[in-house]
Amino acid sequence: MRRFLRHGHDPVRERLKRDLFQFNKTVEHGFPHQPSALGYSPFLHLMAIGTRSGAIKLYGAPGVEFMGLHEENNTVMQIHFIPGQCQLVTLLDDNSLHLWSLKQRSGASELQEEQRFTLRGPPGSPPSATQITVVLPHSSREVLYLGTESGNVFVVELPSFRLLEDRTITSEAVLQRVPEDYRNRRSFELVEALREHPRNPGHILIGYSRGLIVLWDLHNKRVSRHFLGSQQLENLFWQKDGHQIISCHYDGSYAQWPVSNDDRQLEPLESKVPYGPFPCKAISKIYWQTTKNGPPYIIFQGGMPRASYGDRHSISVVHGSQQIAFDFTSRVIDFFVVCNADPAAEFDDPSAMVVLAEEELVVIDLKSAGWPAVHPPYLASLHCSAITCSHHVSNIPLKLWERVISAGSKQNSHYSDMPWPIDGGTNLAPDPPQRDLLLTGHEDGTVRFWDASGVCLRLLYKLSTVRVFLTDADPNDNMNPLGEDEWPPLRKVGSFDPYSDDPRLGIQKIYLCKYSGYLTVAGTAGQILVMELNDEESEHVVDHAEADLLQDQEGYKWKGHERLKARDEPVRFEPGFQPFVLVQCQPPAVVTSLALHSEWKLVAFGTSHGFGLFDHQQKRLVFVKCTLHPSDQLALEGPLSRVKSLKKSLRQSFRRIRRSRVSSRKRRVQEANSKFDQDALQEMELAPIQRKIEARSAEDSFTGFVRTLYFADTFLRDSSRHCPSLWAGTNGGTVYAFCLRVPPAERRMDEPVRAEQAKEIQLMHRAPVVGILVLDGHGTPLPEPLEVAHDLSKSPDMQGSHQLLVVSEEQFKVFTLPKVSSKLKLKLTALEGCRVRKVTVANFGSCKTEDYSENNLAILTNLGDIQIISLPFLKLQIRYPCIRKEDVSGIASCVFTKYGQGFYLISPSEFERFSLSTKWLVEPRCVVDTQEITGNNYLHNKSGMEKATRKSRVIALSYGERNSRRIHVGHGLSNGGGK
Amino acid sequence: MSLLWPNATVWPGASAPSTSAASAGPIGPGSQPVGAGGLCLGPGQHFGAEFRRFSLERTKPGKFEEFYGLLQHVHKIPNVEVLVGYIDIHGDLLPINNDDNYHKAVSTANPLLRIFIQRKEDADYSAFGTDTMTRKKNVLSNVLRPDNHKKKPHIVISMPRDFRPVSSIIDVDILPETHRRVRLYKYGTDKPLGFYIRDGSSVRVTPHGLEKVPGIFISRLVPGGLAQSTGLLAVNDEVLEVNGIEVSGKSLDQVTDMMIANSRNLIITVRPANQRNNVVRNSRTSGSSGQSTDTSLPGYTPHTVQNFHPEEDDSDEDDIIIEDNGEPQQIPKAVPTSESLESLTQIELLHDSTQNGFIPFSEVNLCHSAGNVSMEYEIHDPDKKSLEDGAIITL
Repeated sequence: MRRFLRHGHDPVRERLKRDLFQFNKTVEHGFPHQPSALGYSPFLHLMAIGTRSGAIKLYGAPGVEFMGLHEENNTVMQIHFIPGQCQLVTLLDDNSLHLWSLKQRSGASELQEEQRFTLRGPPGSPPSATQITVVLPHSSREVLYLGTESGNVFVVELPSFRLLEDRTITSEAVLQRVPEDYRNRRSFELVEALREHPRNPGHILIGYSRGLIVLWDLHNKRVSRHFLGSQQLENLFWQKDGHQIISCHYDGSYAQWPVSNDDRQLEPLESKVPYGPFPCKAISKIYWQTTKNGPPYIIFQGGMPRASYGDRHSISVVHGSQQIAFDFTSRVIDFFVVCNADPAAEFDDPSAMVVLAEEELVVIDLKSAGWPAVHPPYLASLHCSAITCSHHVSNIPLKLWERVISAGSKQNSHYSDMPWPIDGGTNLAPDPPQRDLLLTGHEDGTVRFWDASGVCLRLLYKLSTVRVFLTDADPNDNMNPLGEDEWPPLRKVGSFDPYSDDPRLGIQKIYLCKYSGYLTVAGTAGQILVMELNDEESEHVVDHAEADLLQDQEGYKWKGHERLKARDEPVRFEPGFQPFVLVQCQPPAVVTSLALHSEWKLVAFGTSHGFGLFDHQQKRLVFVKCTLHPSDQLALEGPLSRVKSLKKSLRQSFRRIRRSRVSSRKRRVQEANSKFDQDALQEMELAPIQRKIEARSAEDSFTGFVRTLYFADTFLRDSSRHCPSLWAGTNGGTVYAFCLRVPPAERRMDEPVRAEQAKEIQLMHRAPVVGILVLDGHGTPLPEPLEVAHDLSKSPDMQGSHQLLVVSEEQFKVFTLPKVSSKLKLKLTALEGCRVRKVTVANFGSCKTEDYSENNLAILTNLGDIQIISLPFLKLQIRYPCIRKEDVSGIASCVFTKYGQGFYLISPSEFERFSLSTKWLVEPRCVVDTQEITGNNYLHNKSGMEKATRKSRVIALSYGERNSRRIHVGHGLSNGGGK
Repeated sequence: MSLLWPNATVWPGASAPSTSAASAGPIGPGSQPVGAGGLCLGPGQHFGAEFRRFSLERTKPGKFEEFYGLLQHVHKIPNVEVLVGYIDIHGDLLPINNDDNYHKAVSTANPLLRIFIQRKEDADYSAFGTDTMTRKKNVLSNVLRPDNHKKKPHIVISMPRDFRPVSSIIDVDILPETHRRVRLYKYGTDKPLGFYIRDGSSVRVTPHGLEKVPGIFISRLVPGGLAQSTGLLAVNDEVLEVNGIEVSGKSLDQVTDMMIANSRNLIITVRPANQRNNVVRNSRTSGSSGQSTDTSLPGYTPHTVQNFHPEEDDSDEDDIIIEDNGEPQQIPKAVPTSESLESLTQIELLHDSTQNGFIPFSEVNLCHSAGNVSMEYEIHDPDKKSLEDGAIITL
């Protein structure tokens, strides 16, 4: 640190740093991990999702999202919006209630926790007496009804959470009017459902688990009607007119009960087991939605025949003769139906069904024929197949952007074109400054292209590499194509499919050239595909080459997986990125590094055995270089050493377990009394975790592992002539430089590309080389291929002498070129004990001065810290803690953008987006307004939103709703615009 | 100035005495050459001792290997392995076998550096050490009557050139007595550093009284490893700093990484578990009798006072470059202006005293312990030599 203190106290620089750097975690993209509760406000048109870690997330129109976190980190069990308010109540698994509000501050809404409350019974009562099972926010907005395990219904006042004891509905009071014989059979039971009368707020419906349903008169505090169910009750639903109630039961049946003044009606009007006659699973929730012209929609969850389909996660929709059991890929957490929310409306007229499954959100359009799914604008399931790598490309040219979108739209034709039904709130965020693509590689051999420009991470296009190969699973073998006569009428919905047919297909590295549209992806079995964007469908044979990385090695036997078999016959490719050449490494080890130079038409690839260069114009392998160390080879092929490494890894994992135990113990110790401190510390000393201190030697295993590849046009041999070059860095701290001779464009096909090794640098500290970069005469990193040709970058300075920056996990070193002499260095590990995990060059613009920007290195360390290091002088600028150091997968998944933002996985399905820049910041900024206005609502009319909003207005008008809702424009927007 | 030093001492060869001769070496173009003489056993002669005289540049002595080559060149014994020694200001015969003691030797030249060269196979290792010169009153008599020393056969442990510091205690003058700063020198990969560290807790004096705080401790020494062989580190010693960086607040893994990253020149400050072997300094003996406890010392801030500078330590600067499949070479340090250096003694001086990973000698009390031969360098005033600088010796 001293070195930085010594140099860092320049006040001008300090001020500039404040204008350049700022750390924010801005938004979480993707699907919440382990969702546990779902809520919806028909009034606000907002949806809320709670998770098992205590987070709640609110979603409305695209771009409108809020997040809150319960301090307790307990599972969110239920979420209920307060009718007509910007408030919601959550119930956690510790039986606590929390009141959250959307408050406006400087034009934008924020989600805040207001109150918390735990229901307590009289002293001595069992905990079950107050264990809340159901929550009913009353439409009066003044009270909450809380059903409990004891069968009592408690009433608390809002927003103070004051218990109104005199209004408690005890089970004794309820049982008074129930016939004697029924009462004897059913003793105390828990409250399963609470529903307010749709027309008469003075009545609520209470359902008890053993089947008894009563209509409670709130004013007279007595049972006004009762319905004696004989089956264990799961849930209740009111018909909109209040003339009928629908109950669903544990045995897979549902029943309709007329609500008439005739108190002697004790039997249901109709009771039905939809998937009988064999025993069925419970129907846990039911909706009965009336329509103006036609039969009602009966929508229920579960009820499948227990023996044959008991494992399905289904929701059935019945509408007259139409019936579909939507079959979800994971457990259904909850669902709701979007319908005409106007209380005065005569019919429900449902438009969409929104289902929260454990791994994805599925929305079904109930208006269109065939009930197609709606493509969600957010909450994408990033982990449909596990993410294996990601790649970010900033500032995509419009042309490429449009072509990708057009390719993707052809894939999305099966989706409904209904506008997104959950459209509450107004997005105030300014339009994204540029078009950004995030590419994720997946275990099943697909690459997904996401629009990462704004708050909503949206899937644009999906590319599959599977078709190039012959695999056991036929890609055309679609999931169960159902015949008409099948029963139950299951239909698979959703895209979550974590099971990979062949792990070798997994994508490991991606590189996209945004100027040329060339894409190269590399995978687990040493396969490298070079692709070109084609707007037309094509059927062609993919050219195929092999790169033997062990050319001059003998007696080596690969014991890993076999390489993939390529198809020899022509393959049909849909519009989009189409592969034209396949290179397969031999041995087929996982590709560990990849680089593409679209101007020279060269692709470089590396594995744990070596690296190679392929000319994809001439489709010819230029050279391969084996990087195996003699002892490395032994380590890789010998069965003995394999056992050793297994033992080693076992040992390490045990050590890790022990360590985590100790650390959790540590944590508890801190919380516990100091009395126990000593014991715990002694215990720690008894079972110490040790670390061996040993200098790294050249004999360490996996030194040949190629970590990074880099193309540069620089001075490799002499200072008068620059030439194309390829640089490679290994795990053992070696850097190789090859001088390339690329024929001029007019003879590009006639003369071969030649390569010759020019330099080899061995770093004595032998740490893995994670980054190589050439700085031009001004100390600026060389531009990307074609960047200059597209006028997007200044040409590099080829007059002054170039410098080579080698970033290892432990040090940053600058060497002169062409004669390599060491110029500068920054030792990171020796000083701080942290190691570089990710490094990139990022451009930081000043938030004060429009035209000032500078290039710096952004690095992520193994401790989860982000540091910014200046170029070319390697001075630490600033450091932010970002990821927990225990979150190894988070650190491994981090990807930086070129303008100082980044993404990392906070769960298998969620990217956290962060920003290091004051200038480039993508974060939600939105407003939800409840001020009731009479008269016309006026709509937010801003560029990107325009189309969608208009559409939704049409629908809104046809439904005649939204009288009580206003979409806010006001000063918030001008704030947003001026930002 | 005479060509033949009156008190020139030659340590006797095991087989034959040597005669001496003098010669002058080439003079470099540098501005401040230092005189140096050589006494060499003629390779072909039985009684061959010859003197040579040549000059070196005091400010840029170069590397030991170059100097060694120079000696072989001057004495025309290109293929003879020799031992090189010199007389320091106290009259002790000390070996020159690496860059450091070579630089030390050059810096102490007054103005002449007397150098003794002996054929390796004839070497008498006992000759080195303190008081060697005073013990042997007359060089020539020793040379002429070698039998004197034959009566006491001594054990040859190893060649002096193989001696090199493996560890040292440094900064004794600025550290609290309860602390010890140990430098481990790691050469090549022949011997493992060989120790383990663990988490633990130690007691600190804080404003709130005694407090248990987490700490890092040495948990195990590998038998035969460098750490054990030095005898300066022991199990349960608490590690306080690694190369000048405090370890408090750092995780075990972080400290491990720091140590490994610094493993080629590892300086660890420990609080020894056994406090009875602490260095007792004269300056302090009056005031403290070893009772003051370590961290409770109020004014002690390890970052403000230390004689070594971790950020300037370039011990790992020896990255290697192979150009066009040629021979591996060390990557030089980039210099703003490159002069063309001609002299043998000035071949690309890649290191200066602060860059080669060693502390300027004037600041350090080095204590080499290797086998049972011990050498001591004493502190001397670095200003003294400046008086002698600039003397050019010519024949």
